[in-house]
Amino acid sequence: MMRIGGVAFCLLLGLATPTSAQIDLSGTWASRLHEDWMERWPGPDAGDLTGLPINEAAVERARSYSPSLLALPERQCLFYGPSYTQIGPFGFLMWSEADPVDGHVVAWRMSGAVDKTPRAIWMDGRPHPSASALHTYSGFSTGRWEGSTLVVTTTHMKASPLRRNGVPTSDQAVMTEYFARYGDRLTVLSIIDDPVYLEEPYVLSRTYQEDPETVIAIFPSPCTPGVEAPGLAADAVPHYLPGQNPFQDQMRLYGLPPAALEGGASTLYPEFRELIEELYSRPEECGRYCCGWDGGNSGPNGGSETTLACVSREP
Amino acid sequence: MITPASMERLAKQCAVVFAMILCVTGTTSTQDGEADRVLTTPRVAATDDFTGNWVAVISEDWRWRMVTPARGDVASIPLTALGLERAHQWDPVEDAAAGEACKSYGAPGLMRAPTRLNITWTDDETLLIETDYGMQTRMLRFGDASDLPAVPSLQGHSIASWESPPPTRGRPPSPTPEGHLVVVTTSLTPGYLRKNGVPYSSDTVLTEYWDVFTAPNDERWLVITSIVHDPENLQVDWVTSLNFKQEPDGSRWNPTPCSTEW
Repeated sequence: MMRIGGVAFCLLLGLATPTSAQIDLSGTWASRLHEDWMERWPGPDAGDLTGLPINEAAVERARSYSPSLLALPERQCLFYGPSYTQIGPFGFLMWSEADPVDGHVVAWRMSGAVDKTPRAIWMDGRPHPSASALHTYSGFSTGRWEGSTLVVTTTHMKASPLRRNGVPTSDQAVMTEYFARYGDRLTVLSIIDDPVYLEEPYVLSRTYQEDPETVIAIFPSPCTPGVEAPGLAADAVPHYLPGQNPFQDQMRLYGLPPAALEGGASTLYPEFRELIEELYSRPEECGRYCCGWDGGNSGPNGGSETTLACVSREP
Repeated sequence: MITPASMERLAKQCAVVFAMILCVTGTTSTQDGEADRVLTTPRVAATDDFTGNWVAVISEDWRWRMVTPARGDVASIPLTALGLERAHQWDPVEDAAAGEACKSYGAPGLMRAPTRLNITWTDDETLLIETDYGMQTRMLRFGDASDLPAVPSLQGHSIASWESPPPTRGRPPSPTPEGHLVVVTTSLTPGYLRKNGVPYSSDTVLTEYWDVFTAPNDERWLVITSIVHDPENLQVDWVTSLNFKQEPDGSRWNPTPCSTEW
């Protein structure tokens, strides 16, 4: 009996090795904004639902959204959810906390930003809370190693924007992230599954660069609500009724047909191009943000980041 | 109860089990009598299986990838002044007339396109990447770069290698391959990073890190971290990551020729 148990122990030891593999992810990871620059930095166009596998309910929510909603005093200091790490413009600090006795990593920590909270990724095998437990802006994250990739599962997130023009996620969303390091680059693949607003999981990836010159605070700065919209009545809730959003067709400036403007899973695949080939009308010249990269240190976190020049230039 | 004697027995059992595993592995690899060669081929040493059918899922920069954007729409790409000037001079009609309809289908632009990939091993040292978009072929060769001719081409010369995490004291080596694929492509003819004429030069070096991840719903995702280095047209390296979902077969493969307009 002892012999069988010993063999089983040895096999388990061997099998367990890959899951215990880990690499150092700690550092200052700067965002480079080389993808989705417009969405992440100046902000997406109103009505830009392209590239999102959203359902009809999400489209309706987005079209009822007015950015003036964020001017309400009670909303000015709200945070974005963890998915905004990927969707927003900011990089992050990452560091580990180890058990002082046995040295095992108990948690990975990620910094917040001006509008998101710090996160903890628990590595000690603790279970996720019950479905009815408190949802927070950082959610509840657990991690495990698959080879040299840190795989993180986050639940218990508050409802939060999926895009900064009113596209929502629900508090039932689950996000799975894969952190893979390639030298001084860190690529994070995120898979967001939301049964309320998505037709299929939303998959996106970002690559960060280790940059000690970048300044990132762990905690967001204090936020004090003020009067941002003096003309807004005290009881107003800015919104647009169905069919009355004057910006919902703004993306037609880019020559895109209506079929392309509502997002949806089918629009993400190459065959969708066949549906819009005859309907797309390419503008002859760029109309917005056409003046190139400034080469300076004017990215969202300073440091050696660069970003586009004259971001507010309009046609 | 654990005693020194029982621990010693356990250690001996472990040694026996690991020796048996090594024996089984060795037997498998020597069955064809080519043990040394088999154990060292890149195909056998693969850290991931990239073969099969993959589709680009365009969830990022949709407006710049699914359709051909307007001339001068260079958002997200850190161009130099010269690169920006060239982008504003793009003329798709002129490109077509000059027989250069495939300029946006070179490796740095191709992998960001709305395409499907079919990936196979042509031999133990070469991965073949075929695209239906523009019907292009990339060869990822494992081995010494000096073995290759230096004639520039649309897809350039790609040298591939497997990269594993360095050994760490206190961490036992993994019994299974672990790491990712690194591909460095040079000898490229000038082309476009984006369909609307955002340029890259013949000095461009494309470095790619290939990895496969399995999603909670068991879908497999190929993620390629792409670093484009072009001192002529880019102020800094242009870094993006590209997401491909594995498909069960090639039934949606739809070959289309190069186009300057669409």
